[in-house]
Amino acid sequence: MTIILTAILILLSLALVFGVILGFAAVRFKVEGDPIVDQIDQLLPQTQCGQCGYPGCKPYAEAISNGDAINKCPPGGQSTIEALATLLDREVVPLDAEHGEEKPKTVAYIREDECIGCTKCIQACPVDAILGAAKQMHTVIVSECTGCDLCVEPCPVDCIDMIPVPVTPNNWKWPAPVSDPNLILTDRGRGHLLQEGSK
Amino acid sequence: MTRIYSFHGGIHPPDNKRQSLGAPIKQAPLPSRLILPLQQHIGKSATPIVEVGDRVLKGQKIADATGFISAALHAPSSGTVTYIGLQPAPHASGLESPCIVIEADGLDEWISKKAIADFRSIQKKALLDHIRESGVAGLGGAGFPTDIKLNLGKDHIINTLIINAAECEPYITADDALMRERPDEILKGVEIIAHLLEPSKILIGIEDNKPNAIKALRDYIREYQLPIEVVVVPTLYPSGGEKQLIQLLTSIEVPSGSIPADVGIVCQNVGTAAAIYRAVELGEPMISRIVTLTGFALGHRQNYDVLMGTPFSVLLEAAEVDRDKMFRLVMGGPMMGISIEDDRIPVIKTTNCIIAATQEEMPPAPPAQPCIRCGMCEQVCPASLLPQQLYWFAKGREFDKARHHNLFDCIECGACAYVCPSNIPLVQHYRFAKSEIRNEEAEQQKSIQARERFEARQARLAREVAEKEQRRKERAEAAAKEQARKKLEQDQTTHATPNAEAELKKLKTAASVARTKLKKAREALKNAEDKDLDGIEKLQATVAQLEEKAGEAERAWQDASGAKQ
Repeated sequence: MTIILTAILILLSLALVFGVILGFAAVRFKVEGDPIVDQIDQLLPQTQCGQCGYPGCKPYAEAISNGDAINKCPPGGQSTIEALATLLDREVVPLDAEHGEEKPKTVAYIREDECIGCTKCIQACPVDAILGAAKQMHTVIVSECTGCDLCVEPCPVDCIDMIPVPVTPNNWKWPAPVSDPNLILTDRGRGHLLQEGSK
Repeated sequence: MTRIYSFHGGIHPPDNKRQSLGAPIKQAPLPSRLILPLQQHIGKSATPIVEVGDRVLKGQKIADATGFISAALHAPSSGTVTYIGLQPAPHASGLESPCIVIEADGLDEWISKKAIADFRSIQKKALLDHIRESGVAGLGGAGFPTDIKLNLGKDHIINTLIINAAECEPYITADDALMRERPDEILKGVEIIAHLLEPSKILIGIEDNKPNAIKALRDYIREYQLPIEVVVVPTLYPSGGEKQLIQLLTSIEVPSGSIPADVGIVCQNVGTAAAIYRAVELGEPMISRIVTLTGFALGHRQNYDVLMGTPFSVLLEAAEVDRDKMFRLVMGGPMMGISIEDDRIPVIKTTNCIIAATQEEMPPAPPAQPCIRCGMCEQVCPASLLPQQLYWFAKGREFDKARHHNLFDCIECGACAYVCPSNIPLVQHYRFAKSEIRNEEAEQQKSIQARERFEARQARLAREVAEKEQRRKERAEAAAKEQARKKLEQDQTTHATPNAEAELKKLKTAASVARTKLKKAREALKNAEDKDLDGIEKLQATVAQLEEKAGEAERAWQDASGAKQ
């Protein structure tokens, strides 16, 4: 009888001790917010364009963490989908064409002569990248523009163009070397001869 | 005698240096048009301080250094600024970049030179500022602004200064020629560097294929009180790489992601040392450099003293190029250089060699074959990387893995591609992967910035709404208060004595109004009776009604006035 009682007592006291430790840890090491949402948010391109159907990148990140599809972000494109798939251990799926297609990076450009100073684009810009005041010409701060297109629609005089980001020596990328997969070893040197022959 | 150590790997390509060492350094012709890209160095590009139409003198500053890591730019000859804008510039992309174009007037008129007679007598800060203002950037190849390397502050103690004279890349002899002909300039420059960094020893690392240069330097060193030693290292490409030379001379391996200063070493190129001497003691900013012109398509293969901004075409003409024989034009050496399509591009601070090669000399690259995993690339890699792994990762676009295999420690020396039996353009794959990673990082940075701005905007909008609400509440409160105050006032007036009189007046008015109405009605009735019109009954009823009302009003007034009295 005593053996059973001792066993129960020991187990109870152990449960109590671990309960206290766990309770303390829960308070002491409490995680603020949902870390997975932040991680997803970090992978999204932060254009805040709303093409996914949510009012910004964070809400979409929350939706993904609640089980929404990962292929609704056209600005992020396939690379973002792949990164999200790796993070969430989901399957890589092609971009959902319903939400738009992956386009080259653009920046907004206001044709300043035509701008009437209505401030509508300023109100639409999610990252405050348009500068101007009522009845004054507006202009885009190029370095801050995410190319989200949201300013184009509200403009009453259609003076905003989305122009592709120009390639300069600073943002130029080395191209991937092309190799001919059909080549076999005995072809070696032929390319050289062919070039000589054509000269 | 300093012991020589070794680094991993390395190759022995044919050095092809003899072609350009037959003649002494020659002054290149003054071109009519000098093209000066604003970005000739690592860091931020310079900001122009001249305008189109300005006349500039030789050595006059035309662009300021912007930001911490940047270098100023000077006019290489006197003339007029004719254009500031995009021009073809030496860059792997072949794209145009912002340049200042000077139409030289041929007078070559110097601005008054600001030399420092005794650099030991002035403050180090002033000396560093002078070097910065002179636009000195590393002439070895990377073009790192020199003042940054000489201004390490208190957190780095330098015990070894290494002067890089290895010049390991085939064909290039610019440093060799400089050492043969101007060893005094180099050593005077070393003196200035040593004054700034106060190292305990100075090593000049030089490959054993330059006996004349070694002799020239050793002959001059006796004149200096400094602890300089010329260390001859065996010829092995790429012993002139910064980290490789450090390993050769000190056995210290600079850790991945660190700079040599972190292990107490600073490396400077011989050309840079000479440029520092010219900037400080002669007051000549960095406006010229020595460029090797070589390759079998040239009539004169030798070193030229070239003004920055001189177009390649001018130099090629000066060296009597045979354009029919020229198959390929290379800027830099055959290992690390890049092929150039457009010979209008100018010489910049980092241009050490121009090779006009014939087809026999540099035949087109044979097509790449599949990797046979022979592992030769790994054996020659001077950075001890796994080139084969990196190749797979770059090809498969697994950039994260490539980064974890230390892709960014690759110095792009080309040793792996040189030995590859399958002729795989390995370095191109690495460059591709590196620029993809850099681009990804830049985008990441931009997205962080965008998120911050978005969140700041959201916060601002929320604050504005809250403020509006607050103001609305305040207004509502104020209005309620005002109303309460008015009501109170009204109550007070009704209860006060002067009100009774007003009431009396009202009653009196009412009585008189009633009287007048009655009078009018009676008149109307009388008129109707006289003319015998219709509706007399109705009028009679009205008159009776009004009589009653007037009587009431009269009584009320009488009562009120009676009560008052």
